[in-house]
Amino acid sequence: MTFRHAKTFLLGAIALGFLASLFADRINPYWLFIIYDIGIGIVMAVSLNLINGYTGQFSLGHAGFMAVGAYTSAILTNHFGDLNTFAANGIFAVALLAGGLAAALAGLLVGIPTLRLRGDYLAIVTLGFGEIIRVVLQNLDQVGGARGLSVSHGWTNLFWTFGLAAVTVYVVAALVNSTYGRGFIAVHDDEVAAEAMGINTTKYKVTAFVIGAFFAGIAGGLYAHSKQFLTPGGFSFMLSITFVVMVILGGMGNTIGVILAAILLTLLPEGLRMLSGIEHLPGFAAERPLGWIGDTRMIIYSLLLIVLMLARPQGLFSLKKSSIPK
Amino acid sequence: MALAGTVLLTGCNKPAADAGAGSDTIKIGEFASLTGSEATFGQSSHHGTQLAVDELNASGGVLGKKIQLLTEDNQSQAGQSATVVRKLISSDGVVAILGEVASSRSLEAAPICQQSKIPMISPSSTNPKVTETGDYIFRVCFIDPFQGTVMANFARQRLKLQNVAVLTDVKSDYSLGLAKFFKQGFTAAGGKIIAEQNYSGGDKDFNAQLTSIKAANPDAIFVPGYYTEVGLIGLQSKQLGLNVPMLGGDGWESTSLVPIGGAALEGDYFSTHFSPQDTSPVVQGFAKKFLDKFHESSDAMSALGYDSVMILADAIKKAGTTDGAKVRDALAAEKDFHGVTGNITIDASRNASKPAVILAITNGVFQYVQTVAP
Amino acid sequence: MTELLQQLINGLAFGSILALIAIGYTMVYGILRFINFAHGDIFMLGAFAGFYVAPKIATVLPLPSIAGALVVMGISMAVCAALGVLIERLAYRPLRKRPKLTVLITAIGVSLFLEYAGQFFFGAAPKKFPDLLPVLPITKIGGLSLNSNQIIVLAVTMILLVALRFVVMKTKIGTAMRAVSFNPEAAALMGVNTDVVISFTFALGSALAAAAGILWAINYPSIDPLMGILPGLKAFVAAVLGGIGNLPGAALGGLIIGVTETLVSGYISSTYRDAIAFAVLILILLVKPSGLLGKKEIEKV
Repeated sequence: MTFRHAKTFLLGAIALGFLASLFADRINPYWLFIIYDIGIGIVMAVSLNLINGYTGQFSLGHAGFMAVGAYTSAILTNHFGDLNTFAANGIFAVALLAGGLAAALAGLLVGIPTLRLRGDYLAIVTLGFGEIIRVVLQNLDQVGGARGLSVSHGWTNLFWTFGLAAVTVYVVAALVNSTYGRGFIAVHDDEVAAEAMGINTTKYKVTAFVIGAFFAGIAGGLYAHSKQFLTPGGFSFMLSITFVVMVILGGMGNTIGVILAAILLTLLPEGLRMLSGIEHLPGFAAERPLGWIGDTRMIIYSLLLIVLMLARPQGLFSLKKSSIPK
Repeated sequence: MALAGTVLLTGCNKPAADAGAGSDTIKIGEFASLTGSEATFGQSSHHGTQLAVDELNASGGVLGKKIQLLTEDNQSQAGQSATVVRKLISSDGVVAILGEVASSRSLEAAPICQQSKIPMISPSSTNPKVTETGDYIFRVCFIDPFQGTVMANFARQRLKLQNVAVLTDVKSDYSLGLAKFFKQGFTAAGGKIIAEQNYSGGDKDFNAQLTSIKAANPDAIFVPGYYTEVGLIGLQSKQLGLNVPMLGGDGWESTSLVPIGGAALEGDYFSTHFSPQDTSPVVQGFAKKFLDKFHESSDAMSALGYDSVMILADAIKKAGTTDGAKVRDALAAEKDFHGVTGNITIDASRNASKPAVILAITNGVFQYVQTVAP
Repeated sequence: MTELLQQLINGLAFGSILALIAIGYTMVYGILRFINFAHGDIFMLGAFAGFYVAPKIATVLPLPSIAGALVVMGISMAVCAALGVLIERLAYRPLRKRPKLTVLITAIGVSLFLEYAGQFFFGAAPKKFPDLLPVLPITKIGGLSLNSNQIIVLAVTMILLVALRFVVMKTKIGTAMRAVSFNPEAAALMGVNTDVVISFTFALGSALAAAAGILWAINYPSIDPLMGILPGLKAFVAAVLGGIGNLPGAALGGLIIGVTETLVSGYISSTYRDAIAFAVLILILLVKPSGLLGKKEIEKV
């Protein structure tokens, strides 16, 4: 995605989001919240793409950053009672920002020790960090631990979702297309060569983590104020995998592909649900094993991963052989 | 991109409010964990609701209409319950929601039901906060404070225990809640909590925690977890020479408990909703019908699932309509409803006021010991 | 003191099973420089193989009995060895020339597939693993409790480790394995059929994972399709701790992780048990990435 288009996209999306949120009560809440999920998925996938796709650091703990952002923003907004729209949006913006910054800090803490690690090790360590964040949250009684945290205000709406999704895409695109951004791609292509060329790979790797984590934190804040109930177990390795699949399906380093993949994979379980709706028709015996949707979804994900890697590693939506913009 | 968005939005408008008026079925929504880590409990609960719906339909339905049960799977995952409950309410137009076993997932869905003024009945969530969400949220089981106190008093008064160790599943809010109230009740009754250890649901090795507990020399161990771990905990504690009885809650209730724990569970006690030896025709009838239909034994989850449907049907009948507000009022007024899991009276906090039953494990079988009224 | 000794025994028994799984990881890494994410799920399949095979064996041999248990374990090991080879052939071999990341993602895919297909076919509910071994009276030595199952675990692990050492050091294929892990190109030039060696490595590693699965299920007789996730991860950490690619290191790593987890769980806090393995991993990668017994690997340009 070129930089010029990204700017128009950003403005268009924010305007659309604002308009759409005015008509929000006309929309079926089920689908409305699915759209929120899509927006959150886009933010998560695009931010992960910066880390995985562009900079080539395989992170399996992205859900952990989302959790940090979710809990931080929720704790802040829970302090307030009912507010008028203006104040509510203001507080929400501050809370989201705080969530993003907290997550960015976590990203820094994760990024620094993992500098020296390559591929597989990095993956396991980031997985480990994600799990550690989950375990810590589970044991923190102030945030409810395993009993969960209720979020009083459901302030996420189309404006925020569309807007922030667009901002994320814009920032990542702007970053990667800048001169500074070439550094990410250099690190991705060949770290040793990049070092030899004088690029401070450490700085780039950590920056990727911090920015990626920041947006994951923002997504977490949106998530918290949409679902309005948080549990540490909800931010598990499985959730991180979902975003990894989005990045891989979309084509690592291919922003548009990743956005499409995020939309597709968020709609997948709903599509499966509609399929199962057939068994509600009278006369259609429900011969399928109980819960086939849940298992099928994960089986599809896993097969997608395997088949994609074997047949089309550049992702489903990538038109070019190599997906990194030259 | 923008075009696609606009098309999507205009296409997804709200369907006209469908209260079942004019149609010949009553749609009831159910959300449960049919897959994932808590699948055993969700599937059990769902079988119970299924049996109840089939039974009601076989005898003519409710208010002359057949019941259509729409079940959605939340895959034991956070975030999914909200989505499926919204679907059931807004797209499928159900008149009531049944669910869930896990308190955290009930808490996720409850605000949505409350806002939409759709009555929600949880079969077995025991966290007090679930019904505190609002006046449209009910449950047919007792809550942690009651169950915890029941076992605490039983331990003190009947078993005359002085020092008890507590082994909690920190990953389960059910376990945390029950442990908290047991500890409160036990110390209030003059007992002493002599050791506390934790584990995570899914763990298999508890030797470290049990060895530590053994060193504190307790009279008994309170294990407010699920049968999936309790069986192993019993086995390992006897292997370590920690020959003291174990106490627990309704999470123990399953036909898989004794096969896993075996003789190690002899002499243990747990509280639950009903006793399989209850000779009342309602209980025996349910157990047999369940076995015939699903070829597996019933347990507390399935019995509660069954009761949640039955009490809803009763409320709809008493209200004479499926209108949310009227059904809600009828539910709130339910007194002495003869459920499989006992006589249910919905109290002012919309929880079920009903007795707990204490069972002992003797000769590999659950034996009735006593009933504790609220 | 008794408590400490008891905890040590608990830790060693738990750790030996981790050691068996860790060896599989380290062997594959040594040969292919790749983490087989799906290894923990082979462990799970080993336990399930035992679950389904045991009743059939019970019609021929008496169960519980040592002979019966050995037969069940043997069959399970054979099944998983075949499965390991199959997975390598289908999912990993075509990607041998590709970047390491591609294979890693495929491995994650295989792992998820085995777990969720397992839930689909076996059902998510935990199953009671049949009693393979006779329950022997618990040996008590001055307050310590050693049960026969723990002794069996330690004994079988020892035997398997010795057998493995024999294979790796004294047989032709073992030497070939060591050659390929040292330098694949040179080994190929010397006439070693790398494909066969790699298949053999997978077979061996998977067989050990299956044995670990059976031993685990004997000690903790409740199996479910997701049971391999945590032990697999902990075993991987053990392999890294000992020095990835180093066989005795993996065994040592397994024991250390087992004991550390048990001691921290018993004495400090059992709440953070899951996080301990990861904390150890991060620590070792910060301090000595080549592991306790590993050599420093220089990355060639």
